[in-house]
Amino acid sequence: MIGVLALQGNFSSHVKVLGLLGHNSKLVKSPKDLDDIDGLVIPGGESTTMTKLINRDEKFFESIQSFSKNQPILGTCAGLILMSKDSFDSKVINLGIIDIESTRNAYGRQVHSFDAELSLEHGSKNDSFKASFIRAPKISKVGKNVEVICIHDDFPVAIKDGMHIATTFHPELKNETIIHKLCFGDK
Amino acid sequence: MSDNNFKVKVGLAEMLKGGVIMDVTNVEQAKIAEESGAASVMALERIPADIRADGGVSRMSNPHMIKEIQDAVSIPVMAKCRIGHFAEAQVLQALEVDFIDESEVLTPADEDHHIYKHPFKAPFVCGARNLGEALRRIHEGAAMIRTKGEAGSGNIVEAVRHMKMIVSEIEEIKNSNEKTLKEKSEEMRVPIELVQYVSDNGKIPVPNFAAGGIATPADASLMMQLGAESVFVGSGIFKSEDPKERAYAIVQAVTNFDNPKEILTASYKLKDAMKGLEISEIPEEQLLQKRGD
Repeated sequence: MIGVLALQGNFSSHVKVLGLLGHNSKLVKSPKDLDDIDGLVIPGGESTTMTKLINRDEKFFESIQSFSKNQPILGTCAGLILMSKDSFDSKVINLGIIDIESTRNAYGRQVHSFDAELSLEHGSKNDSFKASFIRAPKISKVGKNVEVICIHDDFPVAIKDGMHIATTFHPELKNETIIHKLCFGDK
Repeated sequence: MSDNNFKVKVGLAEMLKGGVIMDVTNVEQAKIAEESGAASVMALERIPADIRADGGVSRMSNPHMIKEIQDAVSIPVMAKCRIGHFAEAQVLQALEVDFIDESEVLTPADEDHHIYKHPFKAPFVCGARNLGEALRRIHEGAAMIRTKGEAGSGNIVEAVRHMKMIVSEIEEIKNSNEKTLKEKSEEMRVPIELVQYVSDNGKIPVPNFAAGGIATPADASLMMQLGAESVFVGSGIFKSEDPKERAYAIVQAVTNFDNPKEILTASYKLKDAMKGLEISEIPEEQLLQKRGD
Protein backbone atom coordinates (compact mmCIF):
# COMPACT_ATOMS: atom_id res chain seq x y z
CA MET A 1 0.00 0.00 0.00
CA ILE A 2 1.39 3.36 -1.12
CA GLY A 3 0.26 6.61 0.47
CA VAL A 4 -0.32 9.81 -1.48
CA LEU A 5 -0.08 13.07 0.45
CA ALA A 6 -3.51 14.62 -0.14
CA LEU A 7 -3.37 18.06 1.42
CA GLN A 8 -3.62 19.93 -1.88
CA GLY A 9 -2.67 19.25 -5.51
CA ASN A 10 -3.20 16.59 -8.12
CA PHE A 11 -2.98 13.59 -5.81
CA SER A 12 -5.76 11.81 -7.72
CA SER A 13 -3.55 11.38 -10.82
CA HIS A 14 -0.92 9.62 -8.67
CA VAL A 15 -3.56 7.26 -7.29
CA LYS A 16 -4.43 6.38 -10.89
CA VAL A 17 -0.81 5.75 -11.95
CA LEU A 18 -0.16 3.61 -8.85
CA GLY A 19 -3.25 1.62 -9.78
CA LEU A 20 -1.82 0.99 -13.26
CA LEU A 21 1.17 -0.64 -11.54
CA GLY A 22 -1.08 -2.77 -9.35
CA HIS A 23 -0.49 -0.80 -6.14
CA ASN A 24 -3.27 -0.07 -3.71
CA SER A 25 -3.10 3.47 -2.48
CA LYS A 26 -4.33 5.56 0.37
CA LEU A 27 -4.75 9.31 0.81
CA VAL A 28 -2.54 10.74 3.57
CA LYS A 29 -3.90 13.79 5.39
CA SER A 30 -2.45 13.38 8.89
CA PRO A 31 0.58 11.74 10.58
CA LYS A 32 -1.37 8.66 11.63
CA ASP A 33 -2.15 7.92 7.96
CA LEU A 34 1.58 7.11 7.52
CA ASP A 35 1.38 4.12 9.87
CA ASP A 36 0.38 1.33 7.52
CA ILE A 37 1.89 2.34 4.19
CA ASP A 38 5.03 1.12 2.40
CA GLY A 39 5.86 4.26 0.44
CA LEU A 40 4.68 7.82 -0.05
CA VAL A 41 4.08 10.16 -2.98
CA ILE A 42 4.30 13.92 -2.41
CA PRO A 43 2.42 15.29 -5.43
CA GLY A 44 2.51 18.52 -7.38
CA GLY A 45 0.41 21.46 -6.28
CA GLU A 46 1.36 24.62 -4.44
CA SER A 47 4.30 24.11 -2.07
CA THR A 48 3.24 27.14 0.02
CA THR A 49 -0.23 25.66 0.55
CA MET A 50 1.16 22.23 1.43
CA THR A 51 3.61 23.86 3.84
CA LYS A 52 0.75 25.60 5.63
CA LEU A 53 -1.19 22.34 5.93
CA ILE A 54 1.80 20.25 7.03
CA ASN A 55 2.66 22.83 9.71
CA ARG A 56 -0.88 22.70 11.01
CA ASP A 57 -0.01 19.49 12.85
CA GLU A 58 3.27 19.85 14.71
CA LYS A 59 4.04 16.12 14.40
CA PHE A 60 3.53 15.93 10.63
CA PHE A 61 6.92 17.30 9.54
CA GLU A 62 8.90 14.94 11.78
CA SER A 63 6.63 12.01 10.98
CA ILE A 64 7.36 12.33 7.26
CA GLN A 65 11.09 12.70 7.99
CA SER A 66 11.20 9.57 10.12
CA PHE A 67 9.03 7.69 7.59
CA SER A 68 11.71 8.50 4.98
CA LYS A 69 14.38 6.66 7.00
CA ASN A 70 12.90 3.29 6.10
CA GLN A 71 10.44 3.81 3.25
CA PRO A 72 10.73 5.31 -0.24
CA ILE A 73 9.24 8.69 -1.08
CA LEU A 74 8.55 10.00 -4.59
CA GLY A 75 8.11 13.74 -5.03
CA THR A 76 6.99 15.51 -8.21
CA CYS A 77 7.34 19.28 -8.73
CA ALA A 78 6.13 20.81 -5.43
CA GLY A 79 6.96 17.43 -3.86
CA LEU A 80 10.58 17.81 -4.98
CA ILE A 81 10.73 21.28 -3.43
CA LEU A 82 9.43 20.02 -0.08
CA MET A 83 11.85 17.05 -0.11
CA SER A 84 14.87 19.26 -0.90
CA LYS A 85 17.53 20.23 1.60
CA ASP A 86 16.87 23.88 0.77
CA SER A 87 14.85 25.93 -1.71
CA PHE A 88 15.78 29.34 -0.33
CA ASP A 89 12.23 30.51 0.28
CA SER A 90 10.89 31.19 3.78
CA LYS A 91 7.34 30.45 2.61
CA VAL A 92 8.06 26.74 2.11
CA ILE A 93 9.42 24.11 4.46
CA ASN A 94 12.17 21.72 3.40
CA LEU A 95 12.08 18.19 4.74
CA GLY A 96 15.73 17.58 3.77
CA ILE A 97 14.99 14.04 2.61
CA ILE A 98 17.08 14.38 -0.55
CA ASP A 99 20.47 16.04 -0.86
CA ILE A 100 19.60 18.68 -3.46
CA GLU A 101 18.84 22.39 -3.57
CA SER A 102 15.95 23.64 -5.68
CA THR A 103 14.51 26.88 -7.03
CA ARG A 104 10.77 27.38 -7.28
CA ASN A 105 9.07 28.38 -10.58
CA ALA A 106 12.48 28.54 -12.23
CA TYR A 107 11.20 28.50 -15.82
CA GLY A 108 8.76 31.37 -15.17
CA ARG A 109 4.99 31.67 -15.07
CA GLN A 110 2.42 29.34 -16.67
CA VAL A 111 2.91 30.67 -20.25
CA HIS A 112 6.40 29.13 -20.03
CA SER A 113 5.14 25.70 -18.99
CA PHE A 114 5.81 22.97 -21.56
CA ASP A 115 5.86 19.28 -22.48
CA ALA A 116 9.13 17.50 -23.21
CA GLU A 117 10.34 14.14 -24.42
CA LEU A 118 12.58 12.60 -21.76
CA SER A 119 14.54 9.41 -21.27
CA LEU A 120 16.27 7.79 -18.33
CA GLU A 121 20.05 8.29 -18.28
CA HIS A 122 20.82 4.59 -17.93
CA GLY A 123 17.72 3.26 -19.62
CA SER A 124 17.42 2.07 -23.19
CA LYS A 125 16.43 4.59 -25.86
CA ASN A 126 13.09 2.82 -26.18
CA ASP A 127 12.21 3.99 -22.72
CA SER A 128 11.59 7.60 -23.73
CA PHE A 129 8.44 9.22 -22.39
CA LYS A 130 6.64 12.54 -22.45
CA ALA A 131 6.20 14.64 -19.35
CA SER A 132 4.81 18.05 -18.44
CA PHE A 133 6.73 20.84 -16.73
CA ILE A 134 4.12 23.06 -15.04
CA ARG A 135 5.57 26.24 -13.47
CA ALA A 136 8.36 23.83 -12.72
CA PRO A 137 11.25 24.20 -10.29
CA LYS A 138 14.89 23.62 -11.19
CA ILE A 139 17.41 21.55 -9.28
CA SER A 140 20.17 24.04 -8.58
CA LYS A 141 22.61 21.82 -6.71
CA VAL A 142 23.06 18.06 -6.47
CA GLY A 143 24.76 16.36 -3.50
CA LYS A 144 27.64 13.94 -4.13
CA ASN A 145 25.71 10.75 -3.41
CA VAL A 146 22.76 11.75 -5.54
CA GLU A 147 22.24 10.05 -8.89
CA VAL A 148 20.87 12.17 -11.73
CA ILE A 149 18.45 9.93 -13.61
CA CYS A 150 16.99 12.35 -16.13
CA ILE A 151 18.36 15.45 -17.89
CA HIS A 152 16.58 18.09 -19.96
CA ASP A 153 18.37 21.02 -21.62
CA ASP A 154 21.52 20.30 -19.57
CA PHE A 155 19.61 20.51 -16.28
CA PRO A 156 18.98 17.55 -14.00
CA VAL A 157 15.19 17.09 -13.89
CA ALA A 158 14.96 13.80 -11.98
CA ILE A 159 17.22 12.45 -9.25
CA LYS A 160 17.57 9.40 -7.04
CA ASP A 161 18.93 9.71 -3.53
CA GLY A 162 19.03 6.31 -1.85
CA MET A 163 15.55 4.87 -2.18
CA HIS A 164 13.94 8.27 -2.83
CA ILE A 165 13.15 9.80 -6.20
CA ALA A 166 12.19 13.36 -7.09
CA THR A 167 11.28 14.97 -10.41
CA THR A 168 10.75 18.57 -11.45
CA PHE A 169 8.19 17.35 -14.03
CA HIS A 170 4.86 15.53 -13.86
CA PRO A 171 4.97 11.94 -15.15
CA GLU A 172 1.49 11.34 -13.68
CA LEU A 173 -0.29 13.88 -15.89
CA LYS A 174 0.19 11.60 -18.87
CA ASN A 175 -0.43 8.37 -16.95
CA GLU A 176 3.29 7.59 -17.29
CA THR A 177 4.30 4.75 -14.94
CA ILE A 178 8.09 4.61 -15.49
CA ILE A 179 9.05 6.87 -12.54
CA HIS A 180 6.58 5.36 -10.07
CA LYS A 181 7.79 1.89 -11.05
CA LEU A 182 11.37 2.91 -10.42
CA CYS A 183 10.46 4.11 -6.93
CA PHE A 184 7.93 1.50 -5.80
CA GLY A 185 8.27 -1.40 -8.26
CA ASP A 186 5.19 -3.10 -9.66
CA LYS A 187 3.00 -6.00 -8.70
CA MET B 1 -6.99 25.32 -34.94
CA SER B 2 -5.05 22.66 -33.10
CA ASP B 3 -4.02 23.27 -29.54
CA ASN B 4 -0.78 21.51 -28.74
CA ASN B 5 -0.64 23.23 -25.41
CA PHE B 6 -4.06 22.16 -24.20
CA LYS B 7 -2.67 19.45 -21.88
CA VAL B 8 -0.12 21.85 -20.44
CA LYS B 9 -2.90 24.35 -19.75
CA VAL B 10 -5.08 21.72 -18.10
CA GLY B 11 -1.96 20.67 -16.16
CA LEU B 12 -2.01 23.85 -14.08
CA ALA B 13 -5.72 23.38 -13.39
CA GLU B 14 -4.85 19.87 -12.13
CA MET B 15 -2.25 21.35 -9.74
CA LEU B 16 -4.85 23.69 -8.24
CA LYS B 17 -7.11 20.82 -7.19
CA GLY B 18 -7.99 20.54 -3.53
CA GLY B 19 -7.15 24.21 -3.10
CA VAL B 20 -8.73 27.61 -2.65
CA ILE B 21 -8.50 30.45 -5.16
CA MET B 22 -9.08 33.78 -3.44
CA ASP B 23 -10.16 37.16 -4.86
CA VAL B 24 -7.78 39.92 -3.82
CA THR B 25 -7.77 43.63 -4.67
CA ASN B 26 -4.33 44.71 -3.44
CA VAL B 27 -0.88 43.50 -2.39
CA GLU B 28 -1.78 43.32 1.28
CA GLN B 29 -4.76 41.05 0.64
CA ALA B 30 -2.69 38.92 -1.76
CA LYS B 31 -0.08 38.36 0.95
CA ILE B 32 -2.75 37.45 3.50
CA ALA B 33 -4.22 34.97 1.00
CA GLU B 34 -0.85 33.37 0.31
CA GLU B 35 0.06 33.16 4.00
CA SER B 36 -3.30 31.56 4.71
CA GLY B 37 -2.60 28.77 2.22
CA ALA B 38 -4.42 29.93 -0.94
CA ALA B 39 -3.40 27.85 -3.96
CA SER B 40 -3.87 30.87 -6.20
CA VAL B 41 -5.19 34.43 -6.12
CA MET B 42 -7.50 36.27 -8.50
CA ALA B 43 -6.31 39.85 -8.88
CA LEU B 44 -9.14 42.32 -9.48
CA GLU B 45 -9.85 45.96 -8.69
CA ARG B 46 -13.21 45.38 -7.05
CA ILE B 47 -14.60 42.19 -5.59
CA PRO B 48 -17.96 41.08 -7.04
CA ALA B 49 -19.98 42.38 -4.05
CA ASP B 50 -18.63 45.89 -4.71
CA ILE B 51 -19.05 45.63 -8.49
CA ARG B 52 -22.67 44.74 -7.80
CA ALA B 53 -23.11 47.67 -5.42
CA ASP B 54 -21.28 50.23 -7.58
CA GLY B 55 -22.93 49.49 -10.92
CA GLY B 56 -21.47 50.92 -14.14
CA VAL B 57 -19.29 49.09 -16.66
CA SER B 58 -16.86 46.66 -15.13
CA ARG B 59 -13.69 45.96 -17.13
CA MET B 60 -10.36 44.13 -16.91
CA SER B 61 -8.34 45.40 -13.93
CA ASN B 62 -5.50 47.87 -14.31
CA PRO B 63 -2.42 45.84 -15.43
CA HIS B 64 -0.24 47.79 -13.01
CA MET B 65 -2.31 46.58 -10.07
CA ILE B 66 -2.14 42.99 -11.35
CA LYS B 67 1.64 43.28 -11.80
CA GLU B 68 2.11 44.47 -8.21
CA ILE B 69 0.28 41.38 -6.99
CA GLN B 70 2.32 39.12 -9.29
CA ASP B 71 5.47 40.59 -7.77
CA ALA B 72 4.22 40.18 -4.20
CA VAL B 73 3.31 36.47 -4.19
CA SER B 74 4.81 33.26 -5.57
CA ILE B 75 1.54 31.36 -6.13
CA PRO B 76 -0.25 31.52 -9.52
CA VAL B 77 -2.06 34.80 -10.20
CA MET B 78 -5.30 34.86 -12.18
CA ALA B 79 -7.14 37.86 -13.62
CA LYS B 80 -10.48 38.44 -15.30
CA CYS B 81 -11.37 39.66 -18.77
CA ARG B 82 -14.83 40.44 -20.14
CA ILE B 83 -16.75 37.72 -21.98
CA GLY B 84 -15.75 37.89 -25.65
CA HIS B 85 -13.10 40.57 -25.11
CA PHE B 86 -10.15 38.80 -26.68
CA ALA B 87 -8.05 41.98 -26.69
CA GLU B 88 -8.23 42.18 -22.90
CA ALA B 89 -7.23 38.51 -22.82
CA GLN B 90 -4.26 39.25 -25.09
CA VAL B 91 -3.13 41.96 -22.65
CA LEU B 92 -3.44 39.60 -19.69
CA GLN B 93 -1.44 36.98 -21.57
CA ALA B 94 1.25 39.54 -22.39
CA LEU B 95 1.36 40.28 -18.66
CA GLU B 96 1.92 36.54 -18.13
CA VAL B 97 -1.10 36.04 -15.93
CA ASP B 98 -1.21 32.33 -15.00
CA PHE B 99 -4.94 31.82 -15.66
CA ILE B 100 -7.46 34.08 -17.42
CA ASP B 101 -11.02 34.06 -16.10
CA GLU B 102 -13.40 34.98 -18.93
CA SER B 103 -15.92 36.13 -16.40
CA GLU B 104 -19.59 37.03 -16.19
CA VAL B 105 -18.67 39.19 -13.19
CA LEU B 106 -17.39 41.83 -15.64
CA THR B 107 -19.67 43.53 -18.18
CA PRO B 108 -19.78 41.33 -21.31
CA ALA B 109 -18.09 42.72 -24.43
CA ASP B 110 -19.78 40.30 -26.84
CA GLU B 111 -23.30 39.03 -26.30
CA ASP B 112 -23.05 36.23 -28.87
CA HIS B 113 -19.55 34.82 -28.70
CA HIS B 114 -17.02 33.87 -26.08
CA ILE B 115 -13.31 34.14 -26.80
CA TYR B 116 -11.85 31.44 -29.04
CA LYS B 117 -9.34 30.28 -26.45
CA HIS B 118 -7.30 27.61 -28.22
CA PRO B 119 -4.69 29.93 -29.81
CA PHE B 120 -3.73 31.37 -26.39
CA LYS B 121 -0.78 30.05 -24.41
CA ALA B 122 -2.38 31.18 -21.15
CA PRO B 123 -5.11 28.86 -19.87
CA PHE B 124 -8.70 30.05 -19.40
CA VAL B 125 -11.33 29.28 -16.79
CA CYS B 126 -14.99 29.89 -17.61
CA GLY B 127 -18.22 29.73 -15.66
CA ALA B 128 -21.07 27.31 -16.39
CA ARG B 129 -24.57 26.62 -15.09
CA ASN B 130 -25.04 23.29 -16.82
CA LEU B 131 -23.18 20.62 -18.79
CA GLY B 132 -23.94 22.15 -22.20
CA GLU B 133 -22.46 25.48 -21.18
CA ALA B 134 -19.41 23.72 -19.68
CA LEU B 135 -18.78 21.69 -22.84
CA ARG B 136 -19.24 24.71 -25.14
CA ARG B 137 -16.56 26.55 -23.14
CA ILE B 138 -14.24 23.51 -23.24
CA HIS B 139 -14.79 23.24 -27.00
CA GLU B 140 -13.68 26.89 -27.29
CA GLY B 141 -10.54 25.98 -25.31
CA ALA B 142 -11.30 26.49 -21.60
CA ALA B 143 -8.86 24.46 -19.45
CA MET B 144 -10.96 24.70 -16.29
CA ILE B 145 -14.67 25.03 -15.57
CA ARG B 146 -16.22 26.61 -12.50
CA THR B 147 -19.85 26.96 -11.54
CA LYS B 148 -21.17 30.47 -12.07
CA GLY B 149 -23.18 30.52 -8.88
CA GLU B 150 -24.19 34.10 -8.17
CA ALA B 151 -20.99 36.08 -7.62
CA GLY B 152 -20.93 38.68 -4.87
CA SER B 153 -24.14 37.36 -3.30
CA GLY B 154 -22.60 35.46 -0.38
CA ASN B 155 -25.41 33.00 -1.09
CA ILE B 156 -24.46 29.43 -1.98
CA VAL B 157 -27.82 28.44 -3.48
CA GLU B 158 -26.94 29.14 -7.12
CA ALA B 159 -23.56 27.39 -6.99
CA VAL B 160 -25.33 24.35 -5.53
CA ARG B 161 -27.92 24.48 -8.32
CA HIS B 162 -25.24 24.67 -11.02
CA MET B 163 -23.00 21.96 -9.57
CA LYS B 164 -25.93 19.58 -9.09
CA MET B 165 -27.12 20.29 -12.60
CA ILE B 166 -23.70 19.51 -14.13
CA VAL B 167 -23.24 16.36 -12.03
CA SER B 168 -26.75 15.05 -12.77
CA GLU B 169 -26.39 15.71 -16.50
CA ILE B 170 -23.08 13.80 -16.47
CA GLU B 171 -24.83 10.89 -14.71
CA GLU B 172 -27.61 11.00 -17.26
CA ILE B 173 -25.38 10.55 -20.30
CA LYS B 174 -22.97 8.06 -18.71
CA ASN B 175 -23.00 4.90 -20.78
CA SER B 176 -25.74 6.19 -23.09
CA ASN B 177 -26.18 4.70 -26.55
CA GLU B 178 -24.93 6.39 -29.69
CA LYS B 179 -28.32 7.80 -30.66
CA THR B 180 -28.79 9.55 -27.31
CA LEU B 181 -25.26 10.95 -27.41
CA LYS B 182 -25.86 12.34 -30.88
CA GLU B 183 -29.06 14.01 -29.72
CA LYS B 184 -27.25 15.43 -26.69
CA SER B 185 -24.42 16.79 -28.79
CA GLU B 186 -26.94 18.58 -31.02
CA GLU B 187 -28.89 19.88 -28.06
CA MET B 188 -25.70 21.14 -26.37
CA ARG B 189 -24.21 22.42 -29.64
CA VAL B 190 -20.88 20.63 -29.15
CA PRO B 191 -19.04 17.92 -31.13
CA ILE B 192 -20.02 14.32 -30.39
CA GLU B 193 -16.45 13.57 -29.20
CA LEU B 194 -16.88 15.78 -26.15
CA VAL B 195 -20.19 14.16 -25.22
CA GLN B 196 -18.62 10.76 -25.84
CA TYR B 197 -15.75 11.62 -23.46
CA VAL B 198 -18.19 12.53 -20.69
CA SER B 199 -20.18 9.38 -21.31
CA ASP B 200 -17.07 7.16 -21.19
CA ASN B 201 -15.32 8.84 -18.26
CA GLY B 202 -18.20 10.09 -16.12
CA LYS B 203 -16.57 13.51 -15.90
CA ILE B 204 -15.82 16.55 -18.03
CA PRO B 205 -12.35 16.60 -19.67
CA VAL B 206 -11.03 19.44 -17.47
CA PRO B 207 -11.17 20.09 -13.70
CA ASN B 208 -14.52 21.24 -12.38
CA PHE B 209 -14.35 23.85 -9.61
CA ALA B 210 -17.00 25.70 -7.59
CA ALA B 211 -17.49 29.47 -7.48
CA GLY B 212 -20.13 32.05 -6.70
CA GLY B 213 -21.41 32.63 -3.17
CA ILE B 214 -19.00 30.60 -1.01
CA ALA B 215 -18.64 32.38 2.36
CA THR B 216 -17.95 29.79 5.08
CA PRO B 217 -15.88 26.61 5.65
CA ALA B 218 -19.13 24.62 5.55
CA ASP B 219 -20.01 26.18 2.16
CA ALA B 220 -16.65 25.00 0.84
CA SER B 221 -17.20 21.51 2.27
CA LEU B 222 -20.68 21.38 0.74
CA MET B 223 -19.40 22.21 -2.74
CA MET B 224 -16.55 19.67 -2.47
CA GLN B 225 -18.98 16.97 -1.34
CA LEU B 226 -21.22 17.80 -4.30
CA GLY B 227 -18.31 17.11 -6.66
CA ALA B 228 -16.24 20.28 -6.92
CA GLU B 229 -12.48 19.70 -7.15
CA SER B 230 -11.53 23.11 -5.67
CA VAL B 231 -13.26 26.33 -4.70
CA PHE B 232 -13.03 29.98 -5.65
CA VAL B 233 -13.87 32.38 -2.85
CA GLY B 234 -14.60 35.89 -4.06
CA SER B 235 -16.24 38.38 -1.77
CA GLY B 236 -16.57 35.83 1.07
CA ILE B 237 -13.12 36.39 2.57
CA PHE B 238 -12.39 40.10 2.41
CA LYS B 239 -16.03 41.10 3.03
CA SER B 240 -15.99 39.15 6.32
CA GLU B 241 -14.93 40.50 9.69
CA ASP B 242 -11.89 38.24 9.93
CA PRO B 243 -10.32 37.72 6.47
CA LYS B 244 -7.10 36.08 7.66
CA GLU B 245 -8.75 33.53 9.95
CA ARG B 246 -11.54 32.85 7.47
CA ALA B 247 -9.11 32.34 4.58
CA TYR B 248 -7.14 29.75 6.57
CA ALA B 249 -10.34 28.11 7.81
CA ILE B 250 -11.63 27.66 4.26
CA VAL B 251 -8.26 26.20 3.15
CA GLN B 252 -8.52 23.62 5.94
CA ALA B 253 -12.15 22.93 5.08
CA VAL B 254 -11.30 22.12 1.45
CA THR B 255 -8.51 19.67 2.42
CA ASN B 256 -10.71 17.97 5.01
CA PHE B 257 -14.04 18.50 3.26
CA ASP B 258 -15.35 15.04 4.14
CA ASN B 259 -14.47 15.27 7.84
CA PRO B 260 -17.18 17.18 9.77
CA LYS B 261 -15.02 17.41 12.91
CA GLU B 262 -12.36 19.28 10.93
CA ILE B 263 -14.99 21.63 9.49
CA LEU B 264 -16.20 22.23 13.03
CA THR B 265 -12.69 23.04 14.24
CA ALA B 266 -12.11 25.31 11.25
CA SER B 267 -15.39 27.17 11.84
CA TYR B 268 -15.18 27.42 15.59
CA LYS B 269 -13.51 30.75 16.22
CA LEU B 270 -14.71 32.69 13.19
CA LYS B 271 -16.55 35.98 13.50
CA ASP B 272 -19.40 37.06 11.22
CA ALA B 273 -19.39 36.03 7.56
CA MET B 274 -20.32 38.55 4.86
CA LYS B 275 -23.96 39.58 5.06
CA GLY B 276 -25.13 38.15 1.75
CA LEU B 277 -28.13 38.64 -0.51
CA GLU B 278 -31.35 36.72 -0.98
CA ILE B 279 -31.32 35.79 -4.68
CA SER B 280 -35.01 36.58 -5.21
CA GLU B 281 -34.34 40.14 -4.09
CA ILE B 282 -31.79 40.68 -6.86
CA PRO B 283 -33.57 42.15 -9.90
CA GLU B 284 -33.55 39.66 -12.80
CA GLU B 285 -31.46 41.94 -15.05
CA GLN B 286 -28.77 42.19 -12.34
CA LEU B 287 -28.17 38.45 -12.12
CA LEU B 288 -24.53 37.96 -13.21
CA GLN B 289 -25.04 34.27 -14.00
CA LYS B 290 -27.33 35.15 -16.94
CA ARG B 291 -24.42 36.70 -18.79
CA GLY B 292 -23.05 34.40 -21.52
CA ASP B 293 -24.41 31.01 -22.48
